[in-house]
Amino acid sequence: MITIVDYNAGNLTSVRRALDYLGIQCRVSGEAADIISAERIIFPGVGNAQSAMENLNKTGIAAALKTAVASGTPFLGICLGMQIMMSHSDEGDVKCLDFFDGNVVLLKPSDRRLKIPHMGWDSLKYKKKHKLFDGIDPKSEFYFVHSYYANPTDFKDVIALSEHGIDFAAVIGKGNMFACQFHPEKSGEAGLKILKNFSVWNGEVAL
Amino acid sequence: MLSKRLIACLDIRNGNLAKSIKFVNTKEIGDAVEAAGRYYADGADELVFYDINASFENRDILIDTVNKVANQVFIPFSVGGGLRTLDDCIGVILAGAEKIHLNSNAVKNPTLISEVARRFGVQCMILSTDVLRMEKSARIKSGFEIVINGGRTRTGLDALEWIKKGVDLGAGEVVLNAIDADGTLNGYDIELTRLIADSINVPVVASGGAGSPEHIKEVLTDGGADAALVSSIIHYKNYTLGEIKDYLNKAGVKVRL
Repeated sequence: MITIVDYNAGNLTSVRRALDYLGIQCRVSGEAADIISAERIIFPGVGNAQSAMENLNKTGIAAALKTAVASGTPFLGICLGMQIMMSHSDEGDVKCLDFFDGNVVLLKPSDRRLKIPHMGWDSLKYKKKHKLFDGIDPKSEFYFVHSYYANPTDFKDVIALSEHGIDFAAVIGKGNMFACQFHPEKSGEAGLKILKNFSVWNGEVAL
Repeated sequence: MLSKRLIACLDIRNGNLAKSIKFVNTKEIGDAVEAAGRYYADGADELVFYDINASFENRDILIDTVNKVANQVFIPFSVGGGLRTLDDCIGVILAGAEKIHLNSNAVKNPTLISEVARRFGVQCMILSTDVLRMEKSARIKSGFEIVINGGRTRTGLDALEWIKKGVDLGAGEVVLNAIDADGTLNGYDIELTRLIADSINVPVVASGGAGSPEHIKEVLTDGGADAALVSSIIHYKNYTLGEIKDYLNKAGVKVRL
């Protein structure tokens, strides 16, 4: 059973629909107790980092997420979810969950023809293997919509890069945590495969 | 680097796929949900649903269609047609659509653009435009005029000026429906597309006139479009999306295969 974290930050239903389609059991919850006892956690998010962090702190979900991550619960962050797993975000100058050391910064491509947000399908440059990419064609593209990106201090945490004027971390991972800037629930068959892989991942990095 | 997007456009009426030529002679040609699933499986990067007889009575049918599509299609899709109020837009987004299109109702009530952008972000707010070629004049400086109500009503608005205003108000993407080209299969309006693509800093989606993969390549390269909308060319099975993408790939256009 996967617990999808509900913290009033955007489109949870698309993740739930994708899991339903795949026949993976899930529940949507914003209760700290459910998060602490979860078998697996998906942490989605669309919107603004500052208001998301306010919600997470106010509701006690932030503390529950920290407890779950520390106890080894397999954890998948998506889009804004990935960004607020970093230590700080420039979007609203806000302190985040600090699961990864690093800042979230605005995309500012030097080529002015490149449009912001970075919206559409893009490819990945893999830096490491990871179980959640098992069975996925390395040429597969994924659907992105974002104006900010996570910039981890430790390059070892980067699993894959994407490029929009500059290279940026599209996928990061450490221990039981995995996070992607793109939307697996909107990325066709390749994205669904990531969700399917996550549903059986034990949180270990060994291949 | 982003891929150029191929967007399958489904005009819908009563939950069915419909197709018109130059906005008249509309026929219903199949089930919309079934067609959406087929185009998803065939490699569409995105889907658009235009409700062509949007009315209060049909709102439930539209929401039901959106819901069914969202349960089986895992790529972004957007909905347009008759969305008049912020509540209309919220309804289709909660039913599972990624973005909404405003067209006539944005012209009638431009502040709706800002309301949608504020509520959901600019990436959810697509300004859809129906554009008619005109003699250049003091009023229509670009030679392109905005028309509304399914192409029936001229507005006196210059297309370039209106689109720039729409982006300033919060549109995160612009669709250009070239009415003279719609349904003709003779190619997109390259001049119009290039003019707009060079003038705004949000993605431009070209629409109307695709009859061959060459036309699509032309609008994505010479026209400067970020995405191409296709309808007749795929609905009548002249080409599959897979064949079109294969052609684009071989022609050096970056597409998602």
